[in-house]
Amino acid sequence: MPDWLNILIDSIAFGATFMFGSTGEIITEKSGHLNLGIPGIMCMGGAGGCLMLNLIGTSNMPGILIVLLGIIASFASAALMGLIYSFLTITLRCNQNVTGLTLTTFGTGLMMTLMAKASQTKYLNIPKKYFRFPFADRTDSLQKLGIMFFLVIAIIILAWFILNKTKMGLNLKAVGENPATADAAGINVIRYKYLATTIGAGISGLGGLYYIVDYSASGEAYKSLEAYGWLSIALVIFALWRPLRTIAGSILFGVLFSFSSYVTLIPFIETTLKTKPILQMLPYIATIIILIVSSIKNKKENQPPSSLGLSYFREDR
Amino acid sequence: MKVNNEKHNEPLIHLTRRAYMSPWKALGIRGIAIVASLIVSGIVAFILIEKLSANPERIFDFYKCFIDGSFSSEGMAWKFFKNVAILLCIALALTPAFRMRFWNIGAEGQVLMGMLGAIAVAKAGASLPNWLVLILMFLAAVLFGIVWAGIPALFKAFFNTNETLFTLMMNYVATYFVSYMLLVWVPSGNAMGIVNQDTHIGWLPTVIHNYFLIIMAVLILTGILFVYLNYTKHGYEISVVGESNNTARYIGINVKKVILRTMILSGALCGVAGFLMASGLDHSITSTSVNGQGFTAIMVSWLANFNPLIMIATSGLIVFLDMGGSKISEVFDVRGAMPNIIIGIILFFIIGCEFFIRYKINFRKKETVATNSNPEPVPVPVTDNQEANTEESNDEDEMPEIESSDEETNEETDEETNKKEDN
Repeated sequence: MPDWLNILIDSIAFGATFMFGSTGEIITEKSGHLNLGIPGIMCMGGAGGCLMLNLIGTSNMPGILIVLLGIIASFASAALMGLIYSFLTITLRCNQNVTGLTLTTFGTGLMMTLMAKASQTKYLNIPKKYFRFPFADRTDSLQKLGIMFFLVIAIIILAWFILNKTKMGLNLKAVGENPATADAAGINVIRYKYLATTIGAGISGLGGLYYIVDYSASGEAYKSLEAYGWLSIALVIFALWRPLRTIAGSILFGVLFSFSSYVTLIPFIETTLKTKPILQMLPYIATIIILIVSSIKNKKENQPPSSLGLSYFREDR
Repeated sequence: MKVNNEKHNEPLIHLTRRAYMSPWKALGIRGIAIVASLIVSGIVAFILIEKLSANPERIFDFYKCFIDGSFSSEGMAWKFFKNVAILLCIALALTPAFRMRFWNIGAEGQVLMGMLGAIAVAKAGASLPNWLVLILMFLAAVLFGIVWAGIPALFKAFFNTNETLFTLMMNYVATYFVSYMLLVWVPSGNAMGIVNQDTHIGWLPTVIHNYFLIIMAVLILTGILFVYLNYTKHGYEISVVGESNNTARYIGINVKKVILRTMILSGALCGVAGFLMASGLDHSITSTSVNGQGFTAIMVSWLANFNPLIMIATSGLIVFLDMGGSKISEVFDVRGAMPNIIIGIILFFIIGCEFFIRYKINFRKKETVATNSNPEPVPVPVTDNQEANTEESNDEDEMPEIESSDEETNEETDEETNKKEDN
């Protein structure tokens, strides 16, 4: 396999971390909730999955069961975090930014403490091979595309289908655009908001497990998870709130992100160590540019949901 | 009373906004929330910390750690006040923007850029007199902070670009920019040493204590900002723009100008925080020098309802919890980030209890009207006026301070009226 393809596939595999995070956040934001707790949720998704693998990773269960239980634990612990956020912002109508930031503080702190207790052999080294399913025998970067990579592609397609082709999706978008109107039309606003934020959080959380166990093979991996959570939020804007675009966006982010490590391989570009931080800025600068361009163009379909960040109180007029 | 006769038409609970709550009662609710959160964090710690679940009697040590963390010695107390001052300074910087509903979450980057500016001047000006270097450092820090806050403000003012995400991204650009500058200064990639360690050029002079000048500077700043926000025309304009852009435009406020001016102030104050950290504390810089305080400051400002004076208390609370959490990690030998967990839990409760301050929970009235044992006619005030009053106050997002209509008595009299009619 040529080098460039290797690099591309590696970037795609890396980008899948963001795909999980931003698909979850898109679903959340469609209900009108800006969840800045995604970094904390992804951390806890990773921690929940790893703790489960820590329990069962060395047992003699069939591999597929271990993977499945890991994924379920990861989803559940992230959804639980999402539930805290939902309760505070939907039922208690707290400020979404503040609640989200607190969730991030809490989630990263809890993950650091929990992961310090887990044994790397149990949660990472042994169960890792079960995640490698279709291309387990390959030695090149293709083997990095494991079960969870195909899972996220399936989730994204499902999310696209539900949001754009079903009544449920239409209702959810109505809730995010104008909850009062949706309420008047007989849509159960509270239920939609709860479901969207909780399921969205669960999906985001899987990204944590994917990054720690599937993509990265290092016991230190969890320490950089928070930064990728923030990047996932950025990717939502980059994708203009459309699930399918997150695939393209994630790959681009993945390439931009790993560009700094691969650029030395390109013979005709002279680079020094100094340029690495400048290259690492690229994904963020790209996001800023997209943000500016979409606000200047001011197209209706490229805007965030209108009620994003505002809590809904039925008795208000 | 029609509604009550048709069963289950009225939901079990319904919520109304409180028009007013006495500050003491509000403080009481917050106090209850803090006590509850301390109990919950005790339970969580009990589960997480092995040394605690093995010896449950050490739970008192756990709570004692909070006090020991900040006030076990004089040095610790100074450190506590220094941490409060720095966090408060960043929170002060954010407050004008927040009052304008400009969600600047980029303090992390703005402070870091301020530090970078100050350090760059301190490195370059090693041969100049100290007072001159300090002034130049201050100016550079303020300038860098202004640039970093001004860019998102410019786009917000002219294109209404989402500032929350823009400022968030600017944090990362700042982090990598600092990494780049560090590689320029120290090409080996090693950490940057203390700047001017021998000459102390560009170091704040020591008065009474190393931290004394910083603490005093921030206290004075708090007072100035309080007056600026509450008693000047600028402060008033900020509040109006925050309430409604259209109202502001209607009464002749130049909204773009106010956004830019306020964000320049916000960035400049972040620069001041960066200057204090660079010249008074670190004398050096890394890409993580600000260490998440830019985010914590958002909570400090919000918890204080954007009031600079109350922010002294809220930043004190958060630093207290943070240092207590570190002490707990030390005493119970916990790896990981115990302070974050405790701060998280306590903030959840404090954020959550705002609900009970802002809203009143009304349960469905009992349907046993016949049990009304108080047939005495109650003087019924003219409720029309009062209702109109509360309706107006409903439009406001934050706690409106309208004292004229006490909703509680209003509701009660309504109920009495209904009962009387039924009889």
